[in-house]
Amino acid sequence: MNRFDYVRAGTVAEAVQAFAGAPDARFIAGGTNLVDLMKYDVERPGRLVDITRLPLTGIEERDGGLRLGALATNADVAYDARVRERYPLLANAILAGASAQLRNAASTGGNLLQRTRCYYFYDTATPCNKREPGSGCPAIGGVSRIHAIFGTSEHCIATHPSDMCVALAALEAVVQVAGPAGERSIPFAEFHRLPGDAPERDTNLAPGEIVVAVDLPARDFGQNVTYLKLRDRLSYAFALVSVAAALELDGGTIRTARLALGGVAHKPWRNARAEALLVGKPAERASFQAAADLVVAEAKPQAGNAFKVELARRAIVRGLEQAAAGTPQSITDKRIQ
Amino acid sequence: MTQTFSSTGSDRFVGSARSRVDGPAKVTGLARYAGEFTGPDLLHGTVVSGTIARGRITGIDTEAAEAVPGVIKVLTHENRPRTAWLDYNYQDAVAPPGSPFRALYDDKIHYSGQPVALVVAEDFETARHAAALVRVSYAAETPATDLTAVGDLAYDPPKKRSGIKPPPKPWGDADAVFDTSAVKLRETYRIATEHHNPMEPHASTVIVEGEGRYTVYDKVQGVSNSHAYLASVFGLDKDKVRVMNPYLGGGFGSGLRPQYQLFLAMLAARDLDRSVRVVLTRDQMWSFTHRPETLQTVSLGADADGTLQALRHDALAPTSRFEDYQEVVVNWSAVLYRCDNVALTYKLAQLDVFTPGDMRAPGAVTGVFAIETAMDELAHATGLDPIELRLKNYSERDATAEDKPFGSKALKSCFTQGAERFGWSRRNPEPRSMREGRELVGWGMATGVWESMMQQTSAHAILTADGKLEVGNSTGDIGTGTYTILTQIAADSLGLTMEAVTTKLGDTDLPEAPVAGGSWTAASSGTAVMKACRDVGEQLFKLARQMDDSPLANVDFERVAFAEGRIAVADDPARGVALVDVMRAAGVEKLEATASAAPDKDFNATYEAYTHSAIFAEVKVDEELGQVRVTRIVSAIAAGKVLNPKTARSQILGGVVMGIGSALEEESMMDTRLGRFMNHNLSEYHVPVNADIHDIEVIFVDEEDKANPLGVKGLGEIGIVGTAAAIANAVHHATGKRIRDLPITIDKILA
Repeated sequence: MNRFDYVRAGTVAEAVQAFAGAPDARFIAGGTNLVDLMKYDVERPGRLVDITRLPLTGIEERDGGLRLGALATNADVAYDARVRERYPLLANAILAGASAQLRNAASTGGNLLQRTRCYYFYDTATPCNKREPGSGCPAIGGVSRIHAIFGTSEHCIATHPSDMCVALAALEAVVQVAGPAGERSIPFAEFHRLPGDAPERDTNLAPGEIVVAVDLPARDFGQNVTYLKLRDRLSYAFALVSVAAALELDGGTIRTARLALGGVAHKPWRNARAEALLVGKPAERASFQAAADLVVAEAKPQAGNAFKVELARRAIVRGLEQAAAGTPQSITDKRIQ
Repeated sequence: MTQTFSSTGSDRFVGSARSRVDGPAKVTGLARYAGEFTGPDLLHGTVVSGTIARGRITGIDTEAAEAVPGVIKVLTHENRPRTAWLDYNYQDAVAPPGSPFRALYDDKIHYSGQPVALVVAEDFETARHAAALVRVSYAAETPATDLTAVGDLAYDPPKKRSGIKPPPKPWGDADAVFDTSAVKLRETYRIATEHHNPMEPHASTVIVEGEGRYTVYDKVQGVSNSHAYLASVFGLDKDKVRVMNPYLGGGFGSGLRPQYQLFLAMLAARDLDRSVRVVLTRDQMWSFTHRPETLQTVSLGADADGTLQALRHDALAPTSRFEDYQEVVVNWSAVLYRCDNVALTYKLAQLDVFTPGDMRAPGAVTGVFAIETAMDELAHATGLDPIELRLKNYSERDATAEDKPFGSKALKSCFTQGAERFGWSRRNPEPRSMREGRELVGWGMATGVWESMMQQTSAHAILTADGKLEVGNSTGDIGTGTYTILTQIAADSLGLTMEAVTTKLGDTDLPEAPVAGGSWTAASSGTAVMKACRDVGEQLFKLARQMDDSPLANVDFERVAFAEGRIAVADDPARGVALVDVMRAAGVEKLEATASAAPDKDFNATYEAYTHSAIFAEVKVDEELGQVRVTRIVSAIAAGKVLNPKTARSQILGGVVMGIGSALEEESMMDTRLGRFMNHNLSEYHVPVNADIHDIEVIFVDEEDKANPLGVKGLGEIGIVGTAAAIANAVHHATGKRIRDLPITIDKILA
């Protein structure tokens, strides 16, 4: 752990300003990931800008949808009556992640900005292109059980670890940011990046930009949603594969399909062709299998995570079945349904 | 007959369910652990861990670290004070043969994560910050950390580890008979590397008391081991060093040997003449001992009716390049099953890793998984019920130990009672025959076995004039309930309430006891405490007889009983006197006694002693998604007398949960190119969480044993042994898929 300056910001403008003069600054809210990374010397900020006093904790109605303040905790969001009623997909995805204690501390913005849990990224004794650009990626050909099978590059096969973001991707949320150049909106699909040749960059945020809110669109998919998370134990583990599925049905026919996968790529993974394929098809297993086949056809696994391809295929089918039946995966049962 | 503790012949506390006497201290935070003790001007040491698995340190740049205000010193191999020269001095009480690891000894790197420097500073934050500034350069060599690649280099360890039975010489002709057997089965089995991961990280606090005296708080499962180690390594007078560890936040074997943080804390304390504390981080908990990955082959040749004719069990386990760690892996097969043609082998291969170590039921978890899975395969192959097959080949004598009979073996009762409770008779033996909704249901069973041991142990008892009794010795309560059972034994021995008894443990100022491990503490310390109390009782009796108008005049000691704070004639309780009155009349402030307990040589010459269990497991498998849930476990235990059914049950529950972990989750994953365990945190090294655990039922069957006066056989390890096999067998029953490689993860179900 290194020494750092500490600045507390009272407004978004102050936060942006406090960041501007210090290129090695980091915003800190819940700190559930950043403090860990600092203890491991993965993050060595020269300045921490404490944003916990910013007035961004609210959850408000907006344009028929909801605006989630960037500092609303994961627990605030998951247990908000409006979220539970209208966006059970999001509530369930959040509750599938971490622990009650972590969700009480972790913020909405921080969840978006959490870093990969790649073993090598976390271990400063090993090379890592995300931590030290140009040093190499030992996960390739190494211990790769938890790594990506989609959208990888020769420089990085890390995954984005969030559950919440998988649901936000499926719901097509919009991220509101503020920064030195003013405010802007980023569609969720464009918020996170694939590693490419710059795996040190997780997102498309410009330097000094801060997430101020996440907007949920009005379209909510009712109960035809599920968040199915598969992992090495039933709670308190990151996803090997997770599926956020949301359907709009017209009788037995699919009118709209959203499908996002977690644990398999550097960002929540969507496949527009697979979603399009489902439209107009009967909401039944054969349709789901065809979509799943299309998604996994693009997979490029490692030896250590080849099982994820078949697991993803099956998880997609099961997730779509659960969504079509309106029987979302329970987050309190000690079992997968 | 099992002896009772109270001389009245009726135990009041022993045998009854009692809450832990140390519970209130633990839940209120009053219980202090090794890294929580402090002293004047305490310094803090942070360990810098090495990053390569093999090679040499070519340079350590400590300049930046030393420049940080508050940093006192950075200790490395280049500036460390001298310590003892000979390997012998570093060999602790449970060390395997070899040259024990010495931290900061020279520039040689033996394994990844090796400590290469200790940064000592005025406060913890400074030490941790400065540790990050130490720059180490290496000349790296290619490490060997893949057990499957070094099988050709395997060897029979030339020096055997004390207390670990090597495989017996073969008898009959296992290979020839196997070839001609009607039913043949030969399969390989693997268990993954596991790390103990107690909640409490390893820590040592060395308090400099002046005049060459030290008080040391060490996270260890027996302070006497650390005490002797410190005296030997640092050339200290044992009388000037006191080692204490009143509580342990879990050990599971990781605290049997003194670990390097103890060495470093004392090294720094002596060098700087200041008190020093060193606490390891969670990732550093992967930088010392572990349960070794082990590759095994089991060959079973049987008649068509399941009678074993040939049994071969071969194991290959890794060790470090500096010590030959050994555990009993293959012998269990021939302890459990009678067979005329047996060959058992156990070989080691050296890797660039730290020396593996004992982890809860060391060797048995490993070997019993293999033989009990193989026996399930044989049951399937011969169409026999798994219990029937085990009864058909049931051993009444220990073929690995001159065919001595067992002192007691109530395993058949475990089968009967466990099967009854589980509903085993309703099992359809056909794999994939049971289903519940989307899930396949599987029922499997296995046998567990562990040695029942006792060690030379001392304890004292001190009765004071206020009627309070203190008992104790230097062993540790590693979370098993030792404080509680010793309190029960002492209370019954002198007819006192448990509240009148204080048990003290984990202090080298107390009579010497061995490390708490091997499930021997209840038998060893329990017997020693009982004998010390008896001695005090005899002293009381003599004083009582000397009283004026003594109610015990002309009564022999054998005829008196201690109950309700009094010593009285057993069959005439009115003829007695309160203990406090005896002491007041005699004018004594306290009566004390120290007693020793040792294994019964006559018993051991005649019998072999083991605990046994039968584990029944139900799994539900979502085959499509590779999900396995262990929905029900019945563990029926035969382990002699149960001193406290509540703490005993907790021991078995903990063992079963750990067994579920080894069956489904636990695995330290090695990057064999880097020679480094990569999932070195509790986020990615999975142990069971609440959601993974369903119903666990524990049965203690009646078993009388005479190995020690208490009739106890030990419970710390038997709960885990065989649990993984029962689960793997249930997975086979559910799915038809035989998985011989632990842990059984999603990918293996999908494969």
